Amino acid sequence: MSDVKEAVTRAHQDEWARVVASLTRRFGDLDIAEEAAAEAFATAVERWPVDGVPPNPGAWLTTTAVRKAIDRIRRENKRDDKHKEAQMVYDNTPPEPLGVIDDDRLRLIFTCCHPALAMEARVALTLRMLGGLTMPEIARAFLVRETTLEQRITRAKAKIKAARIPYRVPAAEDLPARVSGVLAVLYLVFNEGYLATGPDTDPVRHDLTTEAIRLTRLIRALLPDDGEVTGLLALMLLTEARRTARVSVSGELVTLDEQDRGAWDKALIAEGHQLVRERLVAAAAGVAPGRYQILAAINAVHTSARDIRDTDWSQVVALYDQLVHLDSSPIVALNRAIAVAELDGPEVALAAVDRLEDELAGYHAYHATRADLLRRLGQSQQSRAAYDKAIELAGNTAQTANLTRRRDQLR
Amino acid sequence: MQYLVSVIDDESSPGSTDRRPAISAFNERLIAEGYWVFAGGLAGTDAATVIDNRGEQTVFSDGPFVESKEYLAGVWVWEVPDLDVALKLAAEASKVCDRKIEVRPFQ
Repeated sequence: MSDVKEAVTRAHQDEWARVVASLTRRFGDLDIAEEAAAEAFATAVERWPVDGVPPNPGAWLTTTAVRKAIDRIRRENKRDDKHKEAQMVYDNTPPEPLGVIDDDRLRLIFTCCHPALAMEARVALTLRMLGGLTMPEIARAFLVRETTLEQRITRAKAKIKAARIPYRVPAAEDLPARVSGVLAVLYLVFNEGYLATGPDTDPVRHDLTTEAIRLTRLIRALLPDDGEVTGLLALMLLTEARRTARVSVSGELVTLDEQDRGAWDKALIAEGHQLVRERLVAAAAGVAPGRYQILAAINAVHTSARDIRDTDWSQVVALYDQLVHLDSSPIVALNRAIAVAELDGPEVALAAVDRLEDELAGYHAYHATRADLLRRLGQSQQSRAAYDKAIELAGNTAQTANLTRRRDQLR
Repeated sequence: MQYLVSVIDDESSPGSTDRRPAISAFNERLIAEGYWVFAGGLAGTDAATVIDNRGEQTVFSDGPFVESKEYLAGVWVWEVPDLDVALKLAAEASKVCDRKIEVRPFQ
């Protein structure tokens, strides 16, 4: 019995996106595809315990979903749509090859992450259509009301239909620009899981980091030569590897310098390092690395060190220097300054951090970093004020606990 | 699929005024590639009149239906296969016109 339950869960993880994508191709409608897929999985939950798990669950689910979709179209269609219905029901011709890679799921990803959709709609649609997450799950993850989320998804689907956003992998020349949007969505999902923004959620959302990694793996399988896809997957794996060491039993965030490195996931680190090495080979051959590849390399340096003192900080700073050229945002400058503190001391770092005040005054990490540097310089009073500000701005409960302890340890 | 492509100008930072030759060249390309349906530039919003005949009397009022610093300066109607083609052309149109562009499908 539990074997069947497990088979359904596994099929949902492995086959959901494939079923939705193949139905979207066939019927050209996200709503029909999604609802038919959901019905097929509901049928599996009923049938499989009685009939046994079919030898090819994916094919069984797709066939069942297609039947459900046809039933639905028959039920809902009015007489004047008969012609269209006939086409939908009997059109079994293989799809025209569109774009550079012909995979239904890849098309679905590019449709859900189309630049004409708002970022939050892209995130919600991707989690729903590709991840198979339910509305309540997504709503909880992003701290929005379920009705708000439903409206967001409904509106996005309506725009796809009305504005005729194509179900297609973009042409080769547009691909890099469009992939970056897809990666931004996946990174957003991962980060929300890794450092949840709200005070009312778990500080670390394992379900979301897992989902982001799963979808990024899917993209990598479909676009193995894209350096940034590989870079993002490596970055996620090396970050995820430290997840369990990152929150203490009392629910406090444990920063990198205090983490138990023995608790890091060695398999994920090995896989992440392997991917970073793959990109280093490409870089040596003259392919300039992008943002995610550099961030992954920084994480590879951290995860190679036996303890914080063993970290190759000059390497970390050099990588941040490279990153600054690609991304001149103040947040990158802030993270660079944190590494500079280890290499050149807190005074040099503080001067660099203070220059970011105008842009980052509302960002908790700016104040947390200042507080830490001021503490190391013995300026307790100013440090305390900076901790207070950071605590006020931080939303994550584990982080607030960490900042509060650090502040209270000041003399 | 037809799209209404609106050219949006801004009173406080208007686009440059020497765009005619570039727009003509762009239009010729639209015609050659089969996307052109219709296009036209509009006179200023001070030439607009709004008519409301929903009540007992017809009311004419001087000026555009909405007062804002951004206003519609011209329109195209394009016939293209999907939004991606429209967006690609619209990105070029924005450069050519030196103005913002809104792309909206007809129902």
